[in-house]
Amino acid sequence: MGDPDLNPAEYDFIAARRRVEAKPKSAGEKLTSLEEAVGRVKDGDHLSVGGCLFSRTPLALVREVLRQRRRALTLSRNLTCTEGELLMAAGAVSRVVTAWMSIGLPWGVSKILRHYVETGAVALEEWSHLALGLRFRAGAMGVPFLPALTMLGSDLVGVGGLKTIQDPYTGETLAAVPALFPDVALIHVHRADVFGNCQIDGYPHMDADIARAATTVLVTTEEIVPEEETRRYPDRTVIPGFAVDALVHVPFGSFPHECYGLYEADYDHFAEYTAAIDARGPGAVGDYLERYVYGPPAWTDYLDLFGSERLALQAKRARELTR
Amino acid sequence: MTRFNAAELLAVIAARQLRDDTAVFAGVGVPLLAAALAKRRHAPRLTMVIEGGIIGPQIAPGRLPVSTNEMRAAHRATMLPGITDAFLFAQRGFVDVGFMGGAQIDQYGNINTSVLGPDYWHPKVRLPGTGGANDIASLCREVIIVTPHEKRRFVERVDFVTSPAWLRGDGARRAAGLLFGGVSRVVTTLGILGFEPDSKRMRIEATHPGVSADVIRQNTGFALLEAAQIETTEPPSDDELEMLRSLDPERRFLG
Repeated sequence: MGDPDLNPAEYDFIAARRRVEAKPKSAGEKLTSLEEAVGRVKDGDHLSVGGCLFSRTPLALVREVLRQRRRALTLSRNLTCTEGELLMAAGAVSRVVTAWMSIGLPWGVSKILRHYVETGAVALEEWSHLALGLRFRAGAMGVPFLPALTMLGSDLVGVGGLKTIQDPYTGETLAAVPALFPDVALIHVHRADVFGNCQIDGYPHMDADIARAATTVLVTTEEIVPEEETRRYPDRTVIPGFAVDALVHVPFGSFPHECYGLYEADYDHFAEYTAAIDARGPGAVGDYLERYVYGPPAWTDYLDLFGSERLALQAKRARELTR
Repeated sequence: MTRFNAAELLAVIAARQLRDDTAVFAGVGVPLLAAALAKRRHAPRLTMVIEGGIIGPQIAPGRLPVSTNEMRAAHRATMLPGITDAFLFAQRGFVDVGFMGGAQIDQYGNINTSVLGPDYWHPKVRLPGTGGANDIASLCREVIIVTPHEKRRFVERVDFVTSPAWLRGDGARRAAGLLFGGVSRVVTTLGILGFEPDSKRMRIEATHPGVSADVIRQNTGFALLEAAQIETTEPPSDDELEMLRSLDPERRFLG
């Protein structure tokens, strides 16, 4: 299952540029449904997921990918959390490209990560956090690689097939971190106008780079704002409308993960989720998928499982932390 | 009965390694507590840089972050540059110290947080991975490892070099293209270890009160060298402990 060699399609900057040249770059309206937006994802695609760990994860989009029963996907994300576990347990991904995977210190090493990687069901290709960030940035810049001083000398070099380059000016050895051009970017933002001009509050993570590197960009937003609002604060726009293919209005679109300033991550939910896995093994995620993914038809039905009280409490906690 | 536990000892000794007017890359848990303690106690002009793309946060006591990418880690920060750019500050040379931990540490200070077993693609145990550890080890001006001292952790050879320190010693780090930094010290629950300047093999430099060099050797899976003079550390003071405990009243990380 393990493939130590880079997939040339990931860093082929010429083909990636041709794909962007060939697609419409519309300044028109992008608003649509989750079903229609995610209908653009095909079996075997490389999906890059925005946010980081349990922060601003586009969970409504990930849930729809699962509901459409996509297969043989590659997932890339800088730090991978429960969304990666759900994609593994559903049999949707065969390869994960990441720097780290688990939920966080209090919940220990992910048993789902361990199960699917140790049995060989999923190949986990590990890059350093900065190297993966530079892979997206090289993609965003449309170049095949970026020089860097990281990842050299470690055994990570052999995992993803990182090559080195001699600096033509000083003669020093540099890491030539290859670009990553994903097929599809899944992104969740704080606000967008109907044309897909997107603004993010708080830490930006890698979303703006991922959106530029991908061929197809699917966005969910907490809030739809009037065009005038975008034009009043254009310096806040980090993804331009012409780069966005589909936009869906999904309040609490990251829950139970966090969205900066709007709602805090639900640690209690993580504890319930991991307790079920501790008690019943990886199969517990199958039950979770039935209850939270395949069962509730709409995202609002899904949010009802958490209840408005819990959502309001997490919103209050976020305001306290960012006020 | 001792006045402090292992986590408190680690946090206090780690905090003392930080100097004023510097910047430190700190992960969540004991390293973040150590940095916050240093800033409150003796290094008011210390800047914390956090992997989630966060500079200069003021961690709220009782609401400690469990990840480096959440609002608790960004509380009252001075800048949110993003993850890639936070690491690029380190690559540029702005970050003086990086704190690290690790599942396995070898005699040259290399760290494994990726896999146990000989075959990366078929691991006996899959661990979470590098996160930013490899970058911190590669890019900070100096790295300090902070870890419980256990024999299973201190191994002759790590199964996988996730984060490079001195590699196999003798200039190997420089030869690999790692021009800067490297691990200077390993702060453990038993003492402080350093590296012999030429061979870059780990050596005992200080023991905590009541711990002998022999005890350190017995809890280490490889032969340790010794510094010409082995110091004894000062135990955590009441003042240090009180300040540290006030940062984690829920004892989420202090146990």
